[in-house]
Amino acid sequence: MSVNALYDYRFEPKDKVENFNGMQLLYVYWPNHLLFCAPFALLVQPDMTFGDLVETVIKPAAAAHPDAAKADFLNAEWLLNDEPFTPRADASLKDNGIDHKSMLTVTTPGLNGIADVGY
Amino acid sequence: MAVKNKKLNLKDKYQYLTRDMAWEPSYQKKEDIFPDEQFEGIKITDWSQWEDPFRLTMDAYWKYQAEKEKKLYAIFDAFAQNNGHQNISDARYVNALKLFLTGVSPLEHAAFQGYAKVGRQFSGAGARVACQMQAIDELRHSQTQQHAMSHYNKHFNGLHDAAYMHDRVWFLSVPKSFFDDARSAGPFEFLTAISFSFEYVLTNLLFVPFMSGAAYNGDMATVTFGFSAQSDEARHMTLGLEVIKFILEQHEDNVPIVQRWIDKWFWRGFRLLSLVSMMMDYMLPNKVMSWAEAWEVYYEQNGGALFKDLERYGIRPPKYQDVANDAKHHLSHQLWTTFYQYSQATNFHTWIPEKEEMDWMSEKYPETFDKYYRPRYEYLAKEAAAGRRFYNNTLPQLCQVCQVPTLFTEMGAPTKLSHRQLVHEGERYHFCSEACCDIFKDEPEKYVQAWLPVHQIYQGNCEGADVETVVQKYYHINIGEDNFEYVGSPDHKHWLSIKGQKPADQSKDAA
Repeated sequence: MSVNALYDYRFEPKDKVENFNGMQLLYVYWPNHLLFCAPFALLVQPDMTFGDLVETVIKPAAAAHPDAAKADFLNAEWLLNDEPFTPRADASLKDNGIDHKSMLTVTTPGLNGIADVGY
Repeated sequence: MAVKNKKLNLKDKYQYLTRDMAWEPSYQKKEDIFPDEQFEGIKITDWSQWEDPFRLTMDAYWKYQAEKEKKLYAIFDAFAQNNGHQNISDARYVNALKLFLTGVSPLEHAAFQGYAKVGRQFSGAGARVACQMQAIDELRHSQTQQHAMSHYNKHFNGLHDAAYMHDRVWFLSVPKSFFDDARSAGPFEFLTAISFSFEYVLTNLLFVPFMSGAAYNGDMATVTFGFSAQSDEARHMTLGLEVIKFILEQHEDNVPIVQRWIDKWFWRGFRLLSLVSMMMDYMLPNKVMSWAEAWEVYYEQNGGALFKDLERYGIRPPKYQDVANDAKHHLSHQLWTTFYQYSQATNFHTWIPEKEEMDWMSEKYPETFDKYYRPRYEYLAKEAAAGRRFYNNTLPQLCQVCQVPTLFTEMGAPTKLSHRQLVHEGERYHFCSEACCDIFKDEPEKYVQAWLPVHQIYQGNCEGADVETVVQKYYHINIGEDNFEYVGSPDHKHWLSIKGQKPADQSKDAA
């Protein structure tokens, strides 16, 4: 459907990639770790490698959780925008098909959060 | 009109001062005078059917309001002169006021603007008069709330710049965008959104807990505001019901349009009230009732009866009410742990509930609290005791529609986020729920322009790239005073000194 308005109602999306000064947005959701209330919203370089993303962005973001030290993120189970996904660690985000405002879901089997209740 | 008697009876007076203030245009077309009345597709066949349930005229309105005002300000004065803030249950309570002043009072002002605008749009005089009075009420509520709480601003942190913060601070984009959405709609949608869905269906969930909460916690200034607003609120609620019945009775084509608005605005209001859920369960040291109990009474029972009554017009209950009903067991806990981890960026404090409070929640939430939420607080308490009070140092994903972080969980699966996403015209969008995603699909042009605070920070539009600069410079939150943990905060120390539990703090209450 479309908005019902008094005039031709069209506006630019506010969060187009060109508004982020060469960077792009990436969301990362780590299920069963709701200590972090929502997926992380991260600002990343499109040409950084996936391996660098894990080491320099995701690990520090998740570090406050006691499971983080035990998690093998690189070899965990990944979804990219809800589809199964096998990341290539030495390829860039762009070459991994991770575009602006994509969401990665990373499940770490055996790690079910604090007190085993997904927290 | 020739007036024979000097003194009019009430019925005549109402007629002269409302309907007779209108006239049939002779040299302009009606649709040019009321250009917004048609485009939403609502068909009004006979405006004279509009019933004003109160038959209030402006002269009587001014008189009643002036009397209430006099009493109200006399009590504010007495409250201030007697240092009423010293008699509240606990200084943690003031944090509910901080949330209210930044989140709700500006909405009263937005409602004033909304009613003033739509009041100009209706060709029916009865509707115009009703909107005019409600506009003035809302302006009055905005002002009197600020005056009721201004005394606290002299003694506690975080209350100093509410209107400024409302336009900028991340979580305040939730109430702000709610009203922007309503005010940028057509006049009939605005009335369905605010008069019906918010004022009639949901407002008891805001005002009853807030005003009873103030009474239970010794805040006489706010209680008095509540009494002073009560008769206005009763009028607003009655108008809400009148509006919906009037629109539905006018033409059967109106039914599906109104149903879609009810689905949308029930959900938008429910998401907005998630802030109230945590206020009720966590921010009132003396509890009134739990969010779950309030939801049962004010939505499931009262709302159930209402929608049964509306059945004869072909209206069914809001589409996602089952999700909202299920969420009553989780909502406040999920919200509070969110604000707990982002207290570095709020104008109020958060804390871990005390032992008795947790026991109260176990009793009120027997199915969920001990299983899912008590372990959270036990962990957080342990961390805090070890000197590692938890703050989330990343920014959260926000819902494109309601703008709350995408923290909500699936119905029946309380550890799984109910995240949704879609691609619209080549851009990805993320949502907290199926319901918000549906709202987007209906009117994508509206929500693609959403000013999402997290994305605005990343675009460099908030005076800094790091949270500290944004919080201090862009939000006007004073770091170390307004934000962070309650225990050990200046407010906490100040309260202890008021209660004689520590040598007096020289900086405040010196007199």
